[in-house]
Amino acid sequence: MMKHPDETIDHGRRAWFGLAAGVTAAVAAPGVILQIASADPDPAPVTAAARWGLLIDTNKCAAGCRDCVDACDRENGLDRQSKPPSQSPAAWTDQKAVWVRKVKLADDLTGRVTNLPLMCQHCEHPPCVDVCPTGASFKRADGIVVVDRHICIGCRYCMMACPYQARSFVHEPMHDQLTQVPRGKGCVESCNLCVSRRDHGLASTACADACAAAGKGAIVFGDLKDPASPISLALRAMPSRQLREDLALNTGVRYAGV
Amino acid sequence: MARVLMSIPAWGCLGLTLLGLCWTLTAQDALAGDAPRFVQPGSRAAALGACVESTAFMRRNHMELIKHQRDATVHQGIRGTRYSLAGCIDCHVSHTPDGQPVAVNEKQQFCSACHAFAAVKVDCFDCHSGVPRGGPARSSGGQGGGVPEGDLRGSGQ
Ligand code: SF4
Repeated sequence: MMKHPDETIDHGRRAWFGLAAGVTAAVAAPGVILQIASADPDPAPVTAAARWGLLIDTNKCAAGCRDCVDACDRENGLDRQSKPPSQSPAAWTDQKAVWVRKVKLADDLTGRVTNLPLMCQHCEHPPCVDVCPTGASFKRADGIVVVDRHICIGCRYCMMACPYQARSFVHEPMHDQLTQVPRGKGCVESCNLCVSRRDHGLASTACADACAAAGKGAIVFGDLKDPASPISLALRAMPSRQLREDLALNTGVRYAGV
Repeated sequence: MARVLMSIPAWGCLGLTLLGLCWTLTAQDALAGDAPRFVQPGSRAAALGACVESTAFMRRNHMELIKHQRDATVHQGIRGTRYSLAGCIDCHVSHTPDGQPVAVNEKQQFCSACHAFAAVKVDCFDCHSGVPRGGPARSSGGQGGGVPEGDLRGSGQ
């Protein structure tokens, strides 16, 4: 470890600024307080006290709706990627980074069609982490599976290992990235349950917010370890499954109606 | 005659060498004197007495601070602290006359100018944005600065 003059954070100062912000907000408009408070990041490390997850009720997910996919693209700056001039549109569709995919399941026998969004399933035992030779793929204490792009060498073993094809590789130099979502050529990436929102203490994910705003409410986000959280209550109330439950990965994303 | 003719270029060479040496020394002095000017006029940093640590410390060690912070952020979810890269960019970004931010890694801007001077390649901006874009996470998704003001102005060294 290197030495430098002042490593400690002055918590007194911090508290004072927090208080000052709160007081200003209270004077300005009571409705603003929550937003300012929630935009202030929590300085403490994440712990295993929470495990974040999603419950997707496929009965509520509509055919043709892409609101969650679009919201994810906007939240993470994926809508800022563009097709390299040399690439065919078909190849680009295959290759561009996608964190949420709309999937349609058709039962051959009954003809029943099910729509669902498919993203990183945030496994308790993630195969991507098992195979990663560098330690770039890892699971945070709160159960979110992330790629540390500083360490990723772009070998793409994790993409092969993922049973859900949830990961993308960035093939081209990136530009116009968002401050909260650094992305660049040569690294693998996938859904991180809006990790920046988690660290800022916000309540939900972009996809769940968009689905609710569209009036469908098919996606519930929350803490799987908190028995009183909406997601835990919903999981208790309705039958749900893990995709590829035969692999015993204990996924953090659950599906109802499949 | 031949000897005199020979000696003129020889003296000339020595003279040129001395002149060259003097010029190099002066140029180095001038460049060392220029170093503080990598802070862009009009950036928030230009109005502050010191960075999050003393200027001399930051010149030598900023990369260690950022690297330590990056691990804390990616692995432990600790954000918006004193040494966050978003904070560096927020404070050091300059603006065009019509108010558009100019990326810190653009030619002659804070990061790239000094890194060119030191001949050290900077990789941060392969992935990170060189301007504040999108702001910190908010449910409303508004534009805004990276870290709370209080964290940037602390040290006073
Ligand atoms: S691509 Fe990156 S994250 Fe994936 S296995 Fe290779 S090093 Fe690990």
